[in-house]
Amino acid sequence: MSFGVLEGVRKEFLRPGRSVPLAAIEEASFAFEKGELVSLLGPSGCGKTTLLRIIAGLIAKTGGSVRIRGEEVDAPHPDFGFVFQTPNLMPWRNVLENVLFPMEILRRSDGAAKRRALALLEMTGLAEFELARPHQLSGGMQQRVALCRALVHEPALLLMDEPFGALDELTRMEMNDLLLDIRARTQATVVFVTHSIAEAVYLSDQVLVFSRRPARIVEQIRVSLPYPRSAATRYSGAFTALEHRASRALGVLREPAHAT
Amino acid sequence: MRPDRAAGERWKRVVYPPLGIALALALWHWICVQFSLSTTVLPKPGLVLAAALERRDLIAAEFWVTLKETVYGFGLALALGVPIAVAITASKTLNLMFSPILIALQSVPKVALAPILLVWLGTGIESKLAIAWLVAFFPIVVDTAAGLQSTPRELLELARSLRASRWQVFSKVQFPAALPYIVTGSKVAVTLAVIGAVIGEFVGSSEGLGYLLLTATSQIDSPLAFAALFALAALGILAYLAVVAAERLLEPWLPPAADRRD
Repeated sequence: MSFGVLEGVRKEFLRPGRSVPLAAIEEASFAFEKGELVSLLGPSGCGKTTLLRIIAGLIAKTGGSVRIRGEEVDAPHPDFGFVFQTPNLMPWRNVLENVLFPMEILRRSDGAAKRRALALLEMTGLAEFELARPHQLSGGMQQRVALCRALVHEPALLLMDEPFGALDELTRMEMNDLLLDIRARTQATVVFVTHSIAEAVYLSDQVLVFSRRPARIVEQIRVSLPYPRSAATRYSGAFTALEHRASRALGVLREPAHAT
Repeated sequence: MRPDRAAGERWKRVVYPPLGIALALALWHWICVQFSLSTTVLPKPGLVLAAALERRDLIAAEFWVTLKETVYGFGLALALGVPIAVAITASKTLNLMFSPILIALQSVPKVALAPILLVWLGTGIESKLAIAWLVAFFPIVVDTAAGLQSTPRELLELARSLRASRWQVFSKVQFPAALPYIVTGSKVAVTLAVIGAVIGEFVGSSEGLGYLLLTATSQIDSPLAFAALFALAALGILAYLAVVAAERLLEPWLPPAADRRD
């Protein structure tokens, strides 16, 4: 059986003063294997973030089922790591203390935890910055700290909500390579929300394209480009073809009317 | 900025403020002389200084009394205000029950309560302390509650995703995130506590700088009244600086100055 299985997940929000609830997710069913990187690609506000929060157990679903390793998720699970759109570091803690926050909550903040935190900081190029305060770091560096914080407790599943969306293009591409590098080393399974077509194709084993709200999966794209991927991958014909396929599914690339 | 220019700026910082004060005092003196004002209406600065030096023991004693009232009142406001803010933000029931009372109490002019408190607590330090506490209490409650309620949602979700206990969420996320707000509230509160103490002394007291000010004016001893006024200003500044010093000690806990509200 697959590592993660979603079946008929549905989410409705009650609206004050209206009898008909608002459907955020119409229907979502997909599966992913251990070690896979799956992207949820869709227009802003389509409900993909809501779906990620349902997988995380942070919000309740209206219907359907989410099973990770065969277990139904209906509450937060400490074996998951979460990276938000903004770094959300604690300004009163230094970099190392921020990374160790999950270990403190899980009461596992010991020497081994500190060594692992330092190893992660080293892996993300922040070896010199463990004592810096968040406001002294650039946006990209802050998001790398957030990534270390999400990985420090060795989660089985890493959930990322448009983590690089607020970064400039160059930093974003660097972060994409860093994420692939970390995944190769940690064997983490990743569910990644994005609205960038190139980012989704570049990172993923599998891209799920969502419609506008209420979200449903309009296309499931297997990306069989070999890892490790590099800048050269972005300019290959196969990459472009996959981008086109995703663009058509999103409805941003229409066939010209006078096409022959 | 180049170092030599920075040095130039520092020189200005040292010299200009005293120069401003000297100019203001000179203007004051000039007005007294030019309009031949009597000492009762406006004593010359020199006379005020002379009175301050001559009666320094008396002023110091009264200063000490008012300082005690201020510090105790502020301390009590902090000690009660923060836990009450925690209680009403942690429990929806408590919030619904007591927020209206707090808001209603806050809108009562505290000066109006002074005579009643005097009847209850007498003319000793207790009534002054109570008034100082009362005026300092609300900014601390309001700012602490605001701070506790403005924790970034994502940080709460992060804690929740790790199944943090309520105490962990409070002690590791909410409270540290609220600290800058508590500091801001304290800055307002400590200044108000001085005012509260003086109001108490005005309404009924036999000691303190407010009392000294009243007796000096009733005896038409304007130089002494002005000296008491300056002592009060010094006390207010001193209390404020004490909070700023506490803020410095908390520095590792606070966000960079640029992100702070005040």
